[in-house]
Amino acid sequence: MPSAHPPSPGPTSPAPRRQLPGGAVLLGLLLLAALSFPYLFQLPYHRDVVIKLYLFAMLAQAWNILAGYCGQVSLGHAVFFGAGAYTSSIWQTAWGGSPWVGLAAGIVIAVALSLAIGYPCFRLRGHYFAIATIAVGEIVHTLAINWEFIGGARGLTLPIRKDSLADFQFATAKYPYYYIILGLLILCLLASWWIERARVGYYLRAIKEDSDAAQSLGVPITRYKLIAMAVSAGFVAAGGTFYAQYVLYIDPDSVLPLSLSILVCVLAVIGGVGTLWGPLVGSAILIPLSEFTRVKFGGTGSAVDLLIYGALLTSVAVFQPAGLVGLVQRLRRR
Amino acid sequence: MLNIPSAEVLLQGILNGILMGCIYALIAAGLSLIFGLMEIVNFAHGEFLMIGMYTAFWMYALFALDPLLSVPVCGAALFVLGWLTHKGIIRRILGAPMLAQIFATFGLGIFLRALAQFLWTPDFRQVSDPWIQGPVRLLGVSVGLPQLVSSLASLLAFGFLYWFITRTETGAALEATAQDRQAAALMGIDTEKIFTLGWGIGSACVGVAGAFLAMFFYVFPYVGSLFALLAYVIVALGGFGSVPGSLVAGIIVGVIEVMGGLLIAPAFKYVAVFLLYLIVVLIRPQGLLGKF
Repeated sequence: MPSAHPPSPGPTSPAPRRQLPGGAVLLGLLLLAALSFPYLFQLPYHRDVVIKLYLFAMLAQAWNILAGYCGQVSLGHAVFFGAGAYTSSIWQTAWGGSPWVGLAAGIVIAVALSLAIGYPCFRLRGHYFAIATIAVGEIVHTLAINWEFIGGARGLTLPIRKDSLADFQFATAKYPYYYIILGLLILCLLASWWIERARVGYYLRAIKEDSDAAQSLGVPITRYKLIAMAVSAGFVAAGGTFYAQYVLYIDPDSVLPLSLSILVCVLAVIGGVGTLWGPLVGSAILIPLSEFTRVKFGGTGSAVDLLIYGALLTSVAVFQPAGLVGLVQRLRRR
Repeated sequence: MLNIPSAEVLLQGILNGILMGCIYALIAAGLSLIFGLMEIVNFAHGEFLMIGMYTAFWMYALFALDPLLSVPVCGAALFVLGWLTHKGIIRRILGAPMLAQIFATFGLGIFLRALAQFLWTPDFRQVSDPWIQGPVRLLGVSVGLPQLVSSLASLLAFGFLYWFITRTETGAALEATAQDRQAAALMGIDTEKIFTLGWGIGSACVGVAGAFLAMFFYVFPYVGSLFALLAYVIVALGGFGSVPGSLVAGIIVGVIEVMGGLLIAPAFKYVAVFLLYLIVVLIRPQGLLGKF
């Protein structure tokens, strides 16, 4: 796995991949465990926690494609989540369409939005870009609250239907949701895995390490930043549609808030930004932790989970910028 | 679509915008000072402000000390917080990749916000009976007395900051370090000390602003977010690192915020401000008074 930051030898080339013996076996076992989970744990609560875990791992992984590989820190990814959630929901409530077509439409709209936002904003660097994405996110959030057609601040309630794949609703069985989001997560991981190896991955890392140098070597930096942004936005939008179909109610404060954009980055950064497994590791630890504190302390009132997130985030940034995955790698190398 | 208000309402709006703008400017000045010094954006700046406001609130609730009197306490408390932040976190990430720099202070912000919620609940709190309250007539329209006093005091603090940077030896050392870290070190300036001082002063600015805000604004764990967002806009507009720029930009943002609310709809006033940020950074990335 490429380490997220120098000092790795040769910053633009991924660190030499150590093929761990039995790595494939481990992967197979993990997959088997993931596939059999709904049969071992029948309680809806356990399934719900893992579904959330997969959803956020997918979002964090998608964010990682843009921020981790390409180095463009977006703090406004909720915009794409909201685009996916709202497009598919309106497609159903206003025009009676199929949620699957809505999913595709949501992805198209989110990708278009990402290009429209990215094209001007990619002229900005570092902190300026990050703050610009906050500004875009807050503008979209405010517009959504005040746009009556999409339900304004009241939000949208989706019509409840019988369990069926065609309607993308499984309120009684739940487990199809589980397999759908697992599939999406695997798809996103595969996309990242491919990007890491393909030419585009080298371009993205070159842009991250030194965009001037990359440009002088002939990397079309804006085009590749836009590609990373579009792929990232597409996956996040799919996650948005999934969320809408899963919860069956959306409003601006649940699918467009700044806190959602931030949570996605936090998971990826703590797990290991710029690594294939980091976002999943981060979500696998932090999402159950957040559920646990919620059960233990009640509601969200005491914010214990955020307390731990914040402390972990700062510690990771200061002491181990490659995250928990980087920490494990470092310990293994000893 | 546009609502055209009467001349009196317009004047009142502009005046209020200018008054709030002066306070915004003081908040942004702290951010700008730190950025100018070491090119690090403090993403916990809003939470520093929140701590400043809580300090003023608790001084009032526990010791019946009016926010006006706790200004030095808040300034000192935040100076220490900034000092500690540099010693504990910033010093270690000076040469780190940008991602680490962003998320180090970002995490601190999340932590402080959660800590405030954990310790003091998410309740909105208020200094119930400050010395300075009520409206006052100014130029034929009425404005809040706390706002007037706060903005005048902010201007005063701003003037002091400007005097300190441009007229004292320590200020010259700050400026020199901001311009060229290595050259400053060669001239015998202890840059580490200057960085710590910069963080102390930058944070003390929000401490002072927080004490004044506590006179007329609710105090709650998330109060800092909004002011911090405005501060980023102001700093970008005025030019990252330009302290006088943040005064001009602060007043512009204050007026635009009010005008957006008056002319379009109150819900859209921040949309106007954020659009302004996007337009400014895209057209003039160095800001109005930026140097580079």
